[in-house]
Amino acid sequence: MKLIETRDLRVYFRVRGSLTKKVRALDGVNISIENEETFGVVGESGSGKTTLGKTVLGLIKPTKGSVYFEGKDIWRMNKREYREFRRNAQMVFQDPHTSLNPRMTIAEILSEPLRELRIDVGDIGKFLVDQLESVGLGKEFLYRYPHELSGGQKQRVAILRAIMTKPKFIVLDEPTSSLDVSVQAQILELLKDLQRKHRLTYMFISHDISVVKYMSNRIAVMYLGEVIEIADSEELFEKPLHPYTKILISSIPIPDPAVARSKVRLKPIGEPPSPINPPPGCRFHPRCPFAMEICRREKPPLIEAEKNHYVACWLYMNK
Amino acid sequence: MRDAVYNLLSKSIDLYVALRDKIDPQWSMRNASRIEEWRLMAYAFSRSYIGLLGGLIVFVTIVTAVIGPIIAPQPYWVYPVIENESLRYLPPCIPPICSGGPLLGTDEWGRDLLSMILYGVRISFVISVVIVLLGVPIGILLGLVAGYRGGLVDESIMRLTDMFLAFPGLILAIAFASVMPQRIRDILEASPPLRDFLSAIFGLRPQEYGQLAALISVWVAMVIVWWPGYARIVRGTVLSVREQPFVEAAKLLGLSTSKILYRHILPNIISPIIVMMTFDLATATLAAAALSFLGLGPQEPVPELGYLISKAGQFFPEKSLHVVAIVGSILLIIALGWNLLGDALRDVLDPKTRRSLEFRRRG
Amino acid sequence: MSKEFTDKHVLMVRDLNVRFYTYAGVVHAVSDVSFDVYRNEIVALVGETGSGKTMSTRAITRLIEAPGRIESGLVLFRRRNGSVVNLMKLSDEEIRRIRGDEIAYIFQDPSSALDPLYTIGHHIVETILDHKRVIKRIARETAIKVLKETAIPNPEIRVKSYPHELSGGMRQRSVISMSLVNSPILLIADEPTTNLDVTIQAQILDLLKDLVKKSNMSVILVTHNLGVVAETADRVYVMYAGNIVESAEIQELFEKPLHPYTQMLLRSVPNPLKKIEKLESIPGTVPTLINPPPGCRFHPRCPFAMEICRREKPPLIEAEKNHYVACWLYAKR
Repeated sequence: MKLIETRDLRVYFRVRGSLTKKVRALDGVNISIENEETFGVVGESGSGKTTLGKTVLGLIKPTKGSVYFEGKDIWRMNKREYREFRRNAQMVFQDPHTSLNPRMTIAEILSEPLRELRIDVGDIGKFLVDQLESVGLGKEFLYRYPHELSGGQKQRVAILRAIMTKPKFIVLDEPTSSLDVSVQAQILELLKDLQRKHRLTYMFISHDISVVKYMSNRIAVMYLGEVIEIADSEELFEKPLHPYTKILISSIPIPDPAVARSKVRLKPIGEPPSPINPPPGCRFHPRCPFAMEICRREKPPLIEAEKNHYVACWLYMNK
Repeated sequence: MRDAVYNLLSKSIDLYVALRDKIDPQWSMRNASRIEEWRLMAYAFSRSYIGLLGGLIVFVTIVTAVIGPIIAPQPYWVYPVIENESLRYLPPCIPPICSGGPLLGTDEWGRDLLSMILYGVRISFVISVVIVLLGVPIGILLGLVAGYRGGLVDESIMRLTDMFLAFPGLILAIAFASVMPQRIRDILEASPPLRDFLSAIFGLRPQEYGQLAALISVWVAMVIVWWPGYARIVRGTVLSVREQPFVEAAKLLGLSTSKILYRHILPNIISPIIVMMTFDLATATLAAAALSFLGLGPQEPVPELGYLISKAGQFFPEKSLHVVAIVGSILLIIALGWNLLGDALRDVLDPKTRRSLEFRRRG
Repeated sequence: MSKEFTDKHVLMVRDLNVRFYTYAGVVHAVSDVSFDVYRNEIVALVGETGSGKTMSTRAITRLIEAPGRIESGLVLFRRRNGSVVNLMKLSDEEIRRIRGDEIAYIFQDPSSALDPLYTIGHHIVETILDHKRVIKRIARETAIKVLKETAIPNPEIRVKSYPHELSGGMRQRSVISMSLVNSPILLIADEPTTNLDVTIQAQILDLLKDLVKKSNMSVILVTHNLGVVAETADRVYVMYAGNIVESAEIQELFEKPLHPYTQMLLRSVPNPLKKIEKLESIPGTVPTLINPPPGCRFHPRCPFAMEICRREKPPLIEAEKNHYVACWLYAKR
């Protein structure tokens, strides 16, 4: 049984001031996440990756479709099941400066999950000090306010808060994008450590594909609210199938000048479209260098083009 | 002087901390950062001249309001003018230019103006405080619900707010003034303890409960038009705070809406509310006085400051200039005090301006 | 470093010091920074928060405001007419004339450079008219031309668009157009692509490289992204805590980083083409810039720190040909 599963997940937001116009943030997403894996989600702005992360956690109610946690639909759970779910599914947000309540001390922020979800850890004070030390923060941080901490320290507290309830599943939404490069490495290593120690499952969302590749076992590529390719990390980079994925990968700046100068850059045509009026057929076709007639008319389904490598593209339909 | 104020505030903080520690030994350690922040606020406040001046005026206002009716040399219910016509509108007699006469002159009924002011300040203060203390919670509650819930709830509450905002408070007060005093008078007659209690708060004799009724009707009219402003402001701030990730993190803990509002949203919007309340105390003082000036509040013998000016208008400026000028200035100073304090509080409560001072203190 | 302003030079900065006088103390934002920019090249200033890279580029045209102050420094610039001036010694009026005309800036957030009440065309025309006397019609035609150069589709239509009608990438390209319209000699790009999608970022970096090749322009690229540097820059200066700690040609820096900070920085960035077991992180945090202690600013986090590193700040020396480093591992004592 998969830990997380979505079935034809759709989230539409109404455009302000209009009764009919909708932003199709998620338009039919089907993914499944296994226990103890890191599932990466990459996409650019407007891809819907953050919306996916929040919907999977139940922060956003789907317009259509469902989210399953350990086989149960999260919007049909009873009170007890839902509390279990809340204990097991947490999130680490992008901006550490706004993800901690500025009027609460670190101790209060960290003990809130324990109190609210009724988790008994014995001596709370000692427990919190141990937890802080496990992420490299001294006990003097316990009674400080968030504004007294640096960005990296705040993010460590945010990560601690997420694991306070001993969850099974954590969504990490751009956890290192706001941090300095040297701090980013510290946080990524910490996340990997914690995953090993506590047997966590991660959904790692980022626009930085290099980081996603480093952290993830499998990666889903999103474009305009749809998943257009899923594959193992190595496979995705070595053999990207979807034209958008190819363009995305060729656009990543590589920190190696020899490679950077010699590689061929694949370019998309034109400008990113509006999520309110997505193009008909395959959403990517107006910008695709390989667009065919059928791409304009019909949306390609997500099919298994190679072993464990899924893609939604008419180029691979003859299987 | 600044250091004296800071020392005073700091010692008060120490006292409070010691008290809390007695009840709960670990309290000061758990809240060390919070206590440090209070000290920083005290420091920031003591460095601002505006704050000190405003604080001083407010302090004097409060002291006067509390002890005024007790120390007033002359009672307000006696009309010396009945015995001696010439006592009406005597000019101020300030030594060493003049001696033996009333310090600030007399009013329409020959009463010592200084005493009347001492009574009047109590009335103005109480009415402004009660208006704000009643109007604010209603506004906050509605604003919280509207801002957090959004959608239909938000729309309906906001339309309600609009209606009340559009309603002219003056008309409402006039309408109330014609109908309510009788009703309130009946209530007060029926309940002597209530009557005595309310009279005592305002520094009046129970005999004046008729005028007290008029005072209360003004007050009720003002509370009704006072809350919408807060509802709007609170809703606005809630809208910006509820999008913050830490609120979403709270939702991920399964917190109920009321807990989120109370624990996460309210503490983050309280500062602008406090500042607005301070400014509102000034506005309420003046508004209440204005309504009394128009004759909608208590009449003689109650020496409400606005009413005193109104009466003096008949003989202005030949005889009653001193009444208008002095009482008007008192009102101005009270309002100014609250405004200055509010200004200083706004800077003190804003964490960004506070933090720059933090460095100066440590460095 | 020599103080000779050669024919190849466009900009020469020597011993630049910028300090901020705050309540907390004196912040040494930029300490004895020296670098060169030659014709037709892209020079990168790489560093993390507090490295001083942004402040250094602002200081070049004296864009520092109180409580900041440019304490000292020599900034020689070759103007369009060929004359060489010290930007620190010019009058305010003369510097203002150079800014926007001969030295142009683009910043991280394009929205902050665009007034939402005016069209893109208006912005560009204004930039032209600020520095040249031409009739409006000519200015408008120039605007359309420069929009075309920055690969904005349908420039005749876009020139009448408002900023909010454009995507992030187009806004940044519009801002680049604004900077380019007067054919500057030096373009200073401060994190120009940090907020943009990676595909748009690639387009803009390609654009910058094209422009440098086609016209007689040099670029100072300020960034913290080593990938961007590898793709775009010819030479690199690595900055840490207000100092330049290493400088070299691009290939040399990535193949043979000398300074421990550079080495650790390169190892902490995930390279998607390599299989990495573990990212190396740099322990500790960036130090405070207030009243800095003596010695090398990096020594508390340096695995090779020696006694002398604690006491004295290492000078910037030429360890290999055209490869400078400020580290006691290489400087003779």
